Amino acid sequence: MNIFRIFKTVFLIDFLTGLWIAIKELFKPKKTLNYPFEKGKISPRYRGEHALRRYPNGEERCIACKLCEAVCPAQAITIESTAREDGSRKTTRYDIDMLKCIYCGLCEESCPVDAIVQGPNFEFATHTREELYYNKEKLLENGDRWENVLAANIKADNPYR
Amino acid sequence: MEYLILLFSEIYKILYVLIPVLVSVAMIVWLDRRIWAFVQKRRGPNVVGPFGLFQTLADALKYIFKEIIIPASSNKIIFILAPIVTMTLALIAWAVIPFSEDYVLADINVGILYIFAISSLGVYGIIMGGWASNSKYPFLGSIRSAAQMVSYEVSIGVIIINVLLCVGSLNLSDIVLAQEKIWFVIPLFPMFVIFFISSLAETNRPPFDLPEAEAELVAGYQTEYSGMMYAMFWLGEYANILLMCALGSILFFGGWLAPIDTPLFEMVPPPAWLIFKILFLFVLFALIKAIVPRYRYDQLMRLGWKVFLPFSLIWVVLTSGYLLYFDLLPVY
Repeated sequence: MNIFRIFKTVFLIDFLTGLWIAIKELFKPKKTLNYPFEKGKISPRYRGEHALRRYPNGEERCIACKLCEAVCPAQAITIESTAREDGSRKTTRYDIDMLKCIYCGLCEESCPVDAIVQGPNFEFATHTREELYYNKEKLLENGDRWENVLAANIKADNPYR
Repeated sequence: MEYLILLFSEIYKILYVLIPVLVSVAMIVWLDRRIWAFVQKRRGPNVVGPFGLFQTLADALKYIFKEIIIPASSNKIIFILAPIVTMTLALIAWAVIPFSEDYVLADINVGILYIFAISSLGVYGIIMGGWASNSKYPFLGSIRSAAQMVSYEVSIGVIIINVLLCVGSLNLSDIVLAQEKIWFVIPLFPMFVIFFISSLAETNRPPFDLPEAEAELVAGYQTEYSGMMYAMFWLGEYANILLMCALGSILFFGGWLAPIDTPLFEMVPPPAWLIFKILFLFVLFALIKAIVPRYRYDQLMRLGWKVFLPFSLIWVVLTSGYLLYFDLLPVY
């Protein structure tokens, strides 16, 4: 041990330097968000809670092609369909098991009519498992609620699709 | 009847000290977490109440409603007794802390010895908790903790001898009054530094938080505890930290005395000065928690026995030699 190192140890120089840095850091602006009150920016491609969209005239977009059901790697989607009186094919059942879902975004990617999309909402925790078995009504309701954001997101992402 | 009146007045006096202590323990937990967060540029608890001040109360409420799990293979009586012992010992030591010249619960002549005895007993709560859990991690944690507290108590004892040489009395009020001319932190500064570091080790604070080193021992002696029993350990720990800060400010920073004897400072009530000094020391505790890495066990023992103990012993010789040579030994 040389003299300099003994001096440093005895007078706690390293420790005091650390203390001084800590005191300086104390008054610097915080890096974390004040979460429930302020939220971080989310990309238009963010893969959050699912939603089924409608056309502006209120008609459901989904044509029951079952591409999403086929592509879903977690097999979380279940679709049943029937022909309506006007001859169009529509879903009678569209269930997503949100507990199976891995939020990969393949359903959204495979959809030819932009019906099933993943919105920016990530705060849909529930108290029971049952509440996370989404059915068609819940998904359509999500679509109605988030339509403005979803449309804007699809438009923002359009040049890259 | 007379006996009853005496009893109730004593209980009133005890509550008069105990409730402020308990409330300040709650506040100090919040302050600790907040300072820790601020140094790491986080926000810390800031939702419950103004600035998150009621966070600890919310936590305590949560702990009260949680189930107390007692391991089947534990020694149940000792297991339940351990947090009670820790908490009680942390609180009864406050009886002799003088908040001002006449605001002290028990103005006994051996105040400093009393505090020293109580803080030594504190190790029993931890050993009982670790042993009664009948589980590996609590056992290892409590053994470490016992060895650590015993080692550092030795040097704290020697440091206290230094102060007592200058005072000539074991009464805490006398120790404070002896500092009217100059706070002992100035002539005994190296002793203050060692006292401070030893009190970090004594209260199991970082960098000496080996008993609850979460990477190795989960949570040390607290591993098997849950609910209110865990909360009692936790309150006892912080009450102990507060006590060590109070002891530090009484021994070295002149207790309730103002820094300079001016009319402006005399307007502030004496207990406020003590609280201010305790807070200053506690902020230092909290800052240190944020900046230092944990010691290795052999380093901890080396520091206690090979550095602090000889150094403070040498300082005792120096102090007594100085006082004897200049004929400054206090006469009582």
